[in-house]
Formats: sequence, C-alpha cells, structure tokens
Amino acid sequence: MQTRKKIIRTAFALTIGTILTAPILSWSMDPSDAPDTVTIDTMSKIYGAVEFDHAMHVDYASCQECHHHTTGDIVADPNCARCHHNQDENDVVSCSECHMADRFNEEYLKTLEDPKLYHIDKPGLKGAYHLNCVGCHQITSGPTGCVECHTMTEAGEKMFRTGAFAPAKGTSSSDQKH
Amino acid sequence: MKKLFNRRNFLKGGLATTAAAAVLKNSDSKAAGDFTGYPEGMGVLVDLTRCVGCRSCEAACNEEQGLPEPAKPFNDLSVFDELHHGQKRRTNEAAYTVVNRYDVPELDHPLFKKFQCNHCNEPACLTSCFVNAYTKTPEGAVIYNAKVCVGCRTCMIACPFYVPTFKYSSAFKPQIMKCIFCYDTRLKNGDAPACVEACPQEALTFGRRTDCIDMGRQRIRETPGKYVDHIYGEHEVGGTAWMYLSSVPFDKVGLNTHVPKEPIINSVKDFLAMVPMVLTIWPGLFVGFHLLATRKDRVIEMEKEKELAKQNEIDEKEEQV
Repeated sequence: MQTRKKIIRTAFALTIGTILTAPILSWSMDPSDAPDTVTIDTMSKIYGAVEFDHAMHVDYASCQECHHHTTGDIVADPNCARCHHNQDENDVVSCSECHMADRFNEEYLKTLEDPKLYHIDKPGLKGAYHLNCVGCHQITSGPTGCVECHTMTEAGEKMFRTGAFAPAKGTSSSDQKH
Repeated sequence: MKKLFNRRNFLKGGLATTAAAAVLKNSDSKAAGDFTGYPEGMGVLVDLTRCVGCRSCEAACNEEQGLPEPAKPFNDLSVFDELHHGQKRRTNEAAYTVVNRYDVPELDHPLFKKFQCNHCNEPACLTSCFVNAYTKTPEGAVIYNAKVCVGCRTCMIACPFYVPTFKYSSAFKPQIMKCIFCYDTRLKNGDAPACVEACPQEALTFGRRTDCIDMGRQRIRETPGKYVDHIYGEHEVGGTAWMYLSSVPFDKVGLNTHVPKEPIINSVKDFLAMVPMVLTIWPGLFVGFHLLATRKDRVIEMEKEKELAKQNEIDEKEEQV
C-alpha cells in the first residue's frame, strides 16, 4: 500500500515537473511546430493564392533565415543580433505579424516619423515575401518567374493586357515610339 | 535760371537707378533660389538592386491612368531588347513609365531601372512654362493643366530628364503626357501611386521624401559594399521626389550624372533677372546718353546754320546793292 502511494506520488511529481519545465527546456521552435503548408492569399487580386510548402522549405533554410529573430534560434544576421541576440520565441511567428499588408497607408507612414524608431525600412508583406523568396530562389536556382509560383487571375490578365486581353497585332493605337 | 537737369545729375541718377534695380533683383532671385521644395512632400525610393524587371509597374500605370493599349502585353519581356533610334525605351504619350534592362559587365546579372517623371523640387518644366501649366503640389507631385497649355513644348526641352512628351495624335488640342504621381486618384488622398502598390519586390518605396532619404542611407550603411554611396536625386537638379539607389555607378544604368546640383532655373536666373531691367531702364538711359553726347555737335551745327543764314543774308544784301 505504502509503495503504491509512493509510486503514484512520484509519477504525479514527475508529470507536474515535466509540464512546468517543458517550456524552459524547449526555448526554440521546431519546424514540426509549423503547419506543412501555408496558404498565402491575403493579397490575391491579380495573382491567385500560393500554397506554400513549408515542410519542403525547412530542408532548404533554417528557421531564422526567414523568420529572423522570432523563432528563438540564434539570429543569422549580425546586424539583427545587436539587439535580438538572445530572444525568446514570439507568440506568433507568421510574416503578417510584423510585415504590413498595407505598407504605405498614411497612418503607418506617420509612425515612421518617430525619431527613435530603428525599423524605418521594414518591407510590407508583399515585399517581404518576394524579397525573401525571390532572393533565395535566385541563389538556389528556384523558380523566379511570376507564374511559376502563382497563377495569374483574370483581373491580372486584364491589367497586364495578356491572355484574353492581349493587344491585337497591328491594330495597336500606341506603337512604342522613340 | 537754375538748370534742374544738367549732364552730371542725369548720369548720377541713371547710375543710381541701375544699381538699385540690380540689387533689388538680385535679392529677389536669391530668395527664389533658396526654395528647397515642400518639406512634407512625398517621394519614392527606387532600389535597382531589388527590381526584377517584371513590368508590373508599367501595367499598373497603364490601367490607373487609362492610357492606350500597348503594342505588346506587359508580361512580354522582349521589350527589353528593343532599341528605338539606337536608344532604350523612353516614356511616351502611351507610357508614363518604362522599365529598361542594363547589362553591366561587372555584374553576373542584369539590372533593371524603372523610369518616369522624377517630380523635381524646383522643376525646370514648371519654370520654363510661360502659361503656368505646371504646378508643384505640397504633396510633392508635379502636375500639369492641359486647359491652359498652348503646346509650345518648351517644357520638353527644359526637362533635364527628357520626361514630358507631346501627344502628337492631338496636336490641335495640345497635351503634354507625363507621370503625375497619380495625384488626382491617389496622392492627394495620401495613397501611394499605382506603380508602387503593384511592385512585388518593394523596389519602389513610398514615403515622405525626407524619410525616403533616411531609408536609403540606412540601406547603404547597413549593407556595406552593396550600394554606391549616393542617393541619385537627393541633390540632383536641386532634389527630386523620386530617388534612386544602385549597386553600380549611376551613369551605367542610364542616369545622367552630369546634371547640376542646383535647380535648372538657377543657371538662367541671373540672366532672367536682368531682362526687365534691361527692357525698362536701358532704353531711356542710353537715349539720354546719346542725346547728351551729341548735344555739342548739334549746338555747333545750329551755330553753323545760323552763320550760314547770316552769310546768306549778307550775300543777298550785297546782291541787292
């Protein structure tokens, strides 16, 4: 009877202890914490949504190469490390948490006037995706063409005057002069 | 009778007036030269290291401004190989902005540069226009009013960047075609122009002009070796709202590095200040000089005439006798 109580008590203590220490033991995030695919559709107007294969990209880059200082890993960029040298993981690590979808709206631009603000040049969400993705794809010979990652919508074809909206040859009113 | 106007007084007065006029005009032109644009004006920083030549900006501009149908679709990249009279593509009445490709020997990849009106702080098109068809708005745009334009095209010659183009298809209803910073539809409401919004790479960054300069400096400082240590447009022709960052010297990407650091108007301001003075004061002054200088001759002539008349009288009398 006594031994059984002891075993239960020990097991209970171990369980509690494990639960309490778990966050401390795992400071940084693991790729397995992330969803396998991420649908990027916040700006799909002229191009359709992108199904981003997160699981596949984990093999190509370490977390901090894309997520900067938010995943709890040691930051890669020494310039970022000046301030973010041993930072815990953020509650939310998605791109849109920091990179504004509406980068150039008047109110946001006003906040950049703060003389003490360091991040005066943080790209918007679209810029962040493309600078990061295309920049790496250029080095690793990944796809870099527009329609290699996302399909053009009808609105896109209209804007680019292509596909069904392509200019009829020879009838163009605005032959490129000069 | 005391003479009010003798030669000495006249000369003194003339010189004093000329000097006063010159001094006044000089102070006027100096004040105008100190104009450094609207501090609250907006701008765009064009980063050539980011541009991938997708032509989204061209497509967005065409749609926003309701420009005519292009010869080729905007996703047709063969336009980068086009040469028109030996030159790369330029803005024209159907395109307020164009992207061109530059193959730079020291780089293993080409560079692309979007070009459009740079929206100068003190625009040469504006100062050259004698009907005031151009306006520099406090938001930073250089806009144009076709209603008063007479189609003289002086602005096209005055512009150091060869931006304004003439709508030759409607020569009898003259219209200059150039980028207006999407002033009517976006900028005056505080929104970024269509090209900036369309750019996937954020190669175009919109913000207050002063903030754009800060951003450019930060990029240059924090990525040593990536950029040429200069923001093209910060000081060129007195400063422009659209500015450029490049990884190679700017003359290699088709930007004129020989433009003056001062507004174009400063090159002719001293001359222009002289024009009213010359036209109003000089005629009277020099006619006065001429009359005074030739007075002696005329007096002598008149005396000669008198003598001649006397001589004639004497002669006539002698004949009568």
